[in-house]
Amino acid sequence: MPETRTITLRINGREEEGRFPAHRTLLEALRHLGHMEVKCGCEKGDCGACAVLLDGMAVDSCLTLAWMAAGKEITTVSGLGDLDAPHPLQKAFADGGAAQCGYCIPGIIIAAKAIIDEHPEPSEDDIRLGLSGNLCRCTGYTKIFEAIADAADDMRAEGGAP
Amino acid sequence: MTHTDMDPGTLANVQFRQVGKPLTRTDAPGKVTGRTPYAGDYVMPNMLHMRVLRADIASARLVRLDVSKARALTGVACVLTADDLADRTAATDIPGQTGQKRLDTDQPILVRDRVRYFGEPLALIAAETRDIADHAAELIEFELEPIPGVYDTLEALKPGAPLVYGRDNIVAERKIRKGDVEAGFARADLIVENTYRTPFQEHAFLEPEVGLAWVDENDVVNIRVSTQVIEHFRPIADALGVPHNKVRVRGALVGGGFGGKEDLTVEVYLALLAKQTGRPVRLEYSREDSFVGHGKRHPFILTYRTGVTKEGKITALDVNMIADAGAYVFLSPYVILYALVAAPGPYRVDNLNVFAKAVATNNMYTSAFRGFGALQACAAYEQQMDEIANTLSIDRLKLRRRNFLKTGEPMSTGFVPPSAIWTEQCAEKAWAGLGEPTASDGPIRTGRGLACYQQSYGRLTFLHDTSEAWVGVEMDGTVVVRSGVTDIGAGQISALGQIAVEVLGVTLDNVVIYNSDSAVTPLAGTTTATRALYMTGNAAKQAAEGLRARLAERAAQEFGVTPDEIDMAFNEVFVIDRPEKTMPLVDLVRTCAAEGIHRSELAIFRAPFGDFLDPETGQGQAHPDYAYGAHAVEVSVDVETGEVEVLKSVAAHDVGQCINPAAVEGQIQGGAQNGQGYALSEEMLYEEGRLVTPSFSEYLMPTAMDMPNVECIILESRSGVGPFGAKGIGEPAMTAVAPAIANAVADAIGVRVFEMPITPERVVTALQQRDAS
Repeated sequence: MPETRTITLRINGREEEGRFPAHRTLLEALRHLGHMEVKCGCEKGDCGACAVLLDGMAVDSCLTLAWMAAGKEITTVSGLGDLDAPHPLQKAFADGGAAQCGYCIPGIIIAAKAIIDEHPEPSEDDIRLGLSGNLCRCTGYTKIFEAIADAADDMRAEGGAP
Repeated sequence: MTHTDMDPGTLANVQFRQVGKPLTRTDAPGKVTGRTPYAGDYVMPNMLHMRVLRADIASARLVRLDVSKARALTGVACVLTADDLADRTAATDIPGQTGQKRLDTDQPILVRDRVRYFGEPLALIAAETRDIADHAAELIEFELEPIPGVYDTLEALKPGAPLVYGRDNIVAERKIRKGDVEAGFARADLIVENTYRTPFQEHAFLEPEVGLAWVDENDVVNIRVSTQVIEHFRPIADALGVPHNKVRVRGALVGGGFGGKEDLTVEVYLALLAKQTGRPVRLEYSREDSFVGHGKRHPFILTYRTGVTKEGKITALDVNMIADAGAYVFLSPYVILYALVAAPGPYRVDNLNVFAKAVATNNMYTSAFRGFGALQACAAYEQQMDEIANTLSIDRLKLRRRNFLKTGEPMSTGFVPPSAIWTEQCAEKAWAGLGEPTASDGPIRTGRGLACYQQSYGRLTFLHDTSEAWVGVEMDGTVVVRSGVTDIGAGQISALGQIAVEVLGVTLDNVVIYNSDSAVTPLAGTTTATRALYMTGNAAKQAAEGLRARLAERAAQEFGVTPDEIDMAFNEVFVIDRPEKTMPLVDLVRTCAAEGIHRSELAIFRAPFGDFLDPETGQGQAHPDYAYGAHAVEVSVDVETGEVEVLKSVAAHDVGQCINPAAVEGQIQGGAQNGQGYALSEEMLYEEGRLVTPSFSEYLMPTAMDMPNVECIILESRSGVGPFGAKGIGEPAMTAVAPAIANAVADAIGVRVFEMPITPERVVTALQQRDAS
């Protein structure tokens, strides 16, 4: 059996520990630790369903080894907000009908967060380019573009952040 | 952008409070916060991990299969091969409620001696970890002796071709013989004949097939699985050889279906190993497993021979269709039936011959996919309409107008659809929706295309389809809906909630919907065939109305009026036009509870029951009703590289009545993506049956960079047979997209590419051939 070691991951602001072999991906590690909101779609970096923020940058967790994420800030879609206090992106996606089957949505909202962090007033091209690594089969993307633009507007109106 | 048009004649009496509004779907908050558990998110203590070992040759004899080393590996709990199974097959016929089963056509659960397609399962492994299961798969030794296979339907039909099915590889044949086709051709001024080819297509749902199974204290096999059809508990029980009440399928919100989770996927494998090991087992397909592990859309070869007058009136149509069924039958006989019925499209054709054939090959088996044969027919009949228009030099919309089937007229099978036929209104609006044309610029040529469609909603009437729903009201006035319907992402369950609360006069935040459990939710039938809203929506409406009638009766007694004077809205019960006579719903419910008045209702909705179409003429009622609409696009084509870009995409559909307009738009926009990929970029390449494009980096569906913003024009004739006059939009949303794009490409470059997908290579080849001739 491959050698395992204990690593500490900082996930949504909390430190969590697990024993993993060196080849374990961040996607597998996160799900092993109960973060089922991170979805597995292809394990090849083609679909973006498993995207998380790593120190603020959107990455495919299936292409990141778990130990490489140690010491970094990991944010999943559940770290942005919850049912009682949804993030403006989450609210815009829900109210705008941007989630259908919803399986790609955790990764897409993470990609959207990265887009808005970089472009608080994103152009349509900024949004499209920022989502080019995320596949969706249900929506045709139109309502996703609209939700991201709406959320960016809301966030600017509320005075920046989170 | 959305415009909604309604039939002014039907507006007067209808005033909805919940229905027809773009409310936030009940399933949305959980999905956007990551709280929604999908089937793959369930785990259990002591759970084993499964893996399926597959054949790596498409046509072969299994001469040796040695699993002894795998079984001996530490951490392996079980390895099953066909030798360990009773000689059972997994039912692959019409899934779901009807339980009908053909003879000799079902796929063996595991290969016993003959491999018929690439990826056919050889062995099942269950181990303590996924790594160990993968290692065990490598330790299994097998030897496949290649047998000459056949990978092309035309080859498979030749005498002496390798046999995959029966004595001639013909899986099913269907025909329509209507009117006098020869006389129709004799009256024609012109006969146009063309052959169109459509490709395999992968469903590409983002959630691969996944499930978790365990045997409970009652010896019931429980399966938590991503499926469109919980009624598969019956074929699963048959495959296990246990009574039907010993299998329970619990769905979850499904991460995309599109028909790809309509057949059985992982259920039987899970059930077998849960039974065998006595432990919970989990199986999740890798993306590559998913590509080779479920049926695809049927490739079709469609030859259309159309007789028309100079004015563009169709006098006769003769259609020949050949569908690639792949290695096993699955739903092919029904897919070609849909194609047969749809052959003339939304046009009046009184002299009609159609012949449709499904042919077995050693390709991946083909089965259900959004559009289900009717979509392939549309790809041909709408390209054919443009070819006719070009030949006659008639405007494309004008030609269609001359031939549209009108409300009250008989369709291909002689059946008169009961609802309004608004194809013409949809076509005009979609076409106008393209706005000002974009000019061509050097090698970038622009063009426009239109396609209209007819697509059924509801299942084939000979299946005698039914659906059940239960609606109840709690002591605090909140509402519960229970129905077995699966939600595959279109908002199926939220729509049920919206319907129930409309009838009961409460708001959508006061309803909870329990669905998708074959043991405890009333069986609603499959989420397939654009039937969920039609069937289960009607059942939920009936149940809610039954409950409302009982509540209204008690309220009428309270207020000293008749029940028809009672209305219910915004959680209040009141006498119409008497604002002083009102009480909170919760008070009425408590009164009913105290007096033992039943606070729930179970309803069953029955679709029209019919017989199979006449085998000689194809005449009769195939489906309950049909939806009509149109899609228009503008494209640019780079004539140097062959690259096609979709610039504008406008859809106009008569949905009968929107339940949730945002959900309807979502279906339309998603259908546009499915159809655009089908038309332009999604290509499953097989070499001797072996799939060489089993990933999303090789099989290219449209991304955020490729999709235009799709404009939706929603028409509401309020004439459908669904709840409140609704039709269906799930499949219709996709049907006309690909031919609209094909027509736009032909318009842009002046030459047609007769085979989809219209790849840059095919565009350049077509241009070269045009220049050479």
